[in-house]
Amino acid sequence: MTASAPAQPTNGVPENFTPPHPSLHTNRVLPGFKVSLGFTIAYVSLIVLIPLAALAARPWEHGWAGFWSVLTDGRVLASLRLSFTTAGAAAVLNLFVGTIIAWVLTRYKFPGVKILDAFVDLPFALPTAVAGIALCTLYATNGWVGSLFAPFGIKIAYTPIGIFIALVFVGLPFVVRSVQPVLADFDAEVEEAALTLGAAPWQTAIRVILPGLAPALLTGFSLSMARAVGEYGSVIFIAGNMPYISEITPQLIIIKLQEYDYAGAASVGLIMLLWSIVILAIINAAQMWLFQRGRA
Amino acid sequence: MRARPAEAPKAAGAIGLSLVAVFWLGLIILLPLVTVLFEASKGGIEPFLAAVAEPDTIAAIQLTLLVAAIAVPLNAVFGIAAAWCVTRFEFRGKGLLLTIIDLPFTISPVIAGLVWMLLFGAQGWFGAWLRLNDIHIVFALPGLVLATILVTFPFVARELIPLMNDQGTDEEVAARTLGARGWDIFFRITLPNIKWALLYGVLLCTARAMGEFGAVSVVSGHIRGQTNTLPLQIEILYNQYESVAAFACASILAGLALITLLLKSVLEWRFAGELAANRRH
Repeated sequence: MTASAPAQPTNGVPENFTPPHPSLHTNRVLPGFKVSLGFTIAYVSLIVLIPLAALAARPWEHGWAGFWSVLTDGRVLASLRLSFTTAGAAAVLNLFVGTIIAWVLTRYKFPGVKILDAFVDLPFALPTAVAGIALCTLYATNGWVGSLFAPFGIKIAYTPIGIFIALVFVGLPFVVRSVQPVLADFDAEVEEAALTLGAAPWQTAIRVILPGLAPALLTGFSLSMARAVGEYGSVIFIAGNMPYISEITPQLIIIKLQEYDYAGAASVGLIMLLWSIVILAIINAAQMWLFQRGRA
Repeated sequence: MRARPAEAPKAAGAIGLSLVAVFWLGLIILLPLVTVLFEASKGGIEPFLAAVAEPDTIAAIQLTLLVAAIAVPLNAVFGIAAAWCVTRFEFRGKGLLLTIIDLPFTISPVIAGLVWMLLFGAQGWFGAWLRLNDIHIVFALPGLVLATILVTFPFVARELIPLMNDQGTDEEVAARTLGARGWDIFFRITLPNIKWALLYGVLLCTARAMGEFGAVSVVSGHIRGQTNTLPLQIEILYNQYESVAAFACASILAGLALITLLLKSVLEWRFAGELAANRRH
C-alpha cells in the first residue's frame, strides 16, 4: 500500500497493526501440529542430519591439504572417473531404450504387455546382491550371455563393461517410470492435429511429443544416473574390483574404512554426498518445470 | 483433454518398437531373474533344502526379519507424522524438510553405512565412549537397524505426502468443527482415506529393508551367524564358491521380490484412485 492510497476504514484495527508473516499465519484448525512436526524433526535429525554432520566434519582432520591429497590421489581419481563414465553411459542408454519401452507400454496393446509392465519394477524389488550374483553368472565367459561374446575376445564380467551392464539393469526403471505417466497423459488432440496438418508420424514424435517429454526425460536420466553412481551391491560381484581399472568409488570407500582411514573414507563420501545434493536439485528443478508446463 | 487409447501395433514401425522393448526387457530384466531360479534348482531339491537349513542361513533369515520388523514400523510412524505436518500445516522450512526426506533416494547406500561408522565406529565420534561402556552399535543389531532405517525412511512418507495433499483437509476440518478429538479424526477419517497408500509404502519399505546390501554391509562386520543378514550371507557363500547355496538363498529373496511386485501390481490396479498419483519410484 502506498502513502497516496485513500484512507481505509480501520474497523477497530489499530492503525499501526501489521499482520504476521504469511508463513507463520496458518489455519491451524486441525490438531497435532506440534507433535507431528516435533517427531518429524527429531527423527530426521537423528537419522539424517547428525550422521551427515559427522560425514561433513570428518575429512578435515589433516586440514584442507589432507582432504585435497585424498581427492587428487590417483586411485581415487581413477575410481571417480570409472564410476561417473559408466553411470553416465548407462543413463544415456537407459534414456533411449527406456523411452522406447515407456512408449510401447502406453501406446500398444498385445498379450502379456501388462505383465511386462509389472516386471519393469523388478530392479527396484530384487535385492542388489541377488542381481549382482545373477549378472555375474550370466555375463561370465562361461555364462549364457558371456559365452556368446567370449569367442570374439570380448570379456564382460570383471571389466568396466560388466559394471556398465549392471548399471543399465538398476537404472532402467527410473527412466521408464518417469516418462510413462507423462506419455499416458499426453493430449491425443495435439498429436492428431499434427498428423492432420500433414506431419509424418516420426515428425509428430520428434517435434510435438519429445519437447513435451523433456522434463520427464531429465528427471529419469538424473535419477538413473544418481542411482548408478552410488550403486554397490549389483556392481561389486561383476566389477572385478581391480584398483585403477574396475574399482568403483563406493568400493573404494569401503576399502578405506577397512584400513581404518576414516578421514579418507569421509573425504570421498563427502564428494559423493555433494554430488547427490546437486542431482537432487536438478530433479526438483525438472519437477517444477513439468508442473509449470502442466498448468500452462 | 483426453489420452490416446492403446492399440495393437500394426504399422511396421510400431511392431519394430514393440520387439525392441520386449527383447530389451527380456535380456536386461528377466534373464537375471531366470538365472537365479535356474542356478538355485540346478542341484535338485536336496542340496537346495540343505543350503537353506544351514544354521548360519537360518540365523541370517531371522536377523533379516528382525531388522525389518524394527525398521519398517518406525519408518511407517515417521511417514505418517511427516505427511501430517507437511500436508496439513504451513511452516517455514517445509521445502527443506521435503528435500531432506528425498535425500536417501539419491545417496549411495555405502554412504548410508559410512555415516554410522563415523559416529559409532572404533574411531568414530562416540567410539571411545561406547567401548568404555561396553555398548555395541556397529557390528551389531543396532547398527544394522540404523543403516536400514536411513536407506528406507522416505518410502512411506513419499507415498502419503502427494496423496494427502490431493485429498485436502475438508473432511478433517468438518469433523473438528463438529467436535471430534485429534485421534478420532485420525483413526476415523485420515487413516481410512490413506490405508492403501500406507500399505503400498510399507510394502516398498519392507522389500527394500529385507534386501538392503550396501549400507548393512558397511556396518555389519560380517560375523557369521550373528551379524549377517540374508543378502550378506549370499555374498559370503558366493565368494566361497558355494554357488548352489548362494543361489538357494538368492532365490528366497527373489521369491520375496516377485511377491512384492505382485502385491504392488494388485494394489495399483485395484486401488489406483486411492494411491498417490505422480509417483517417482
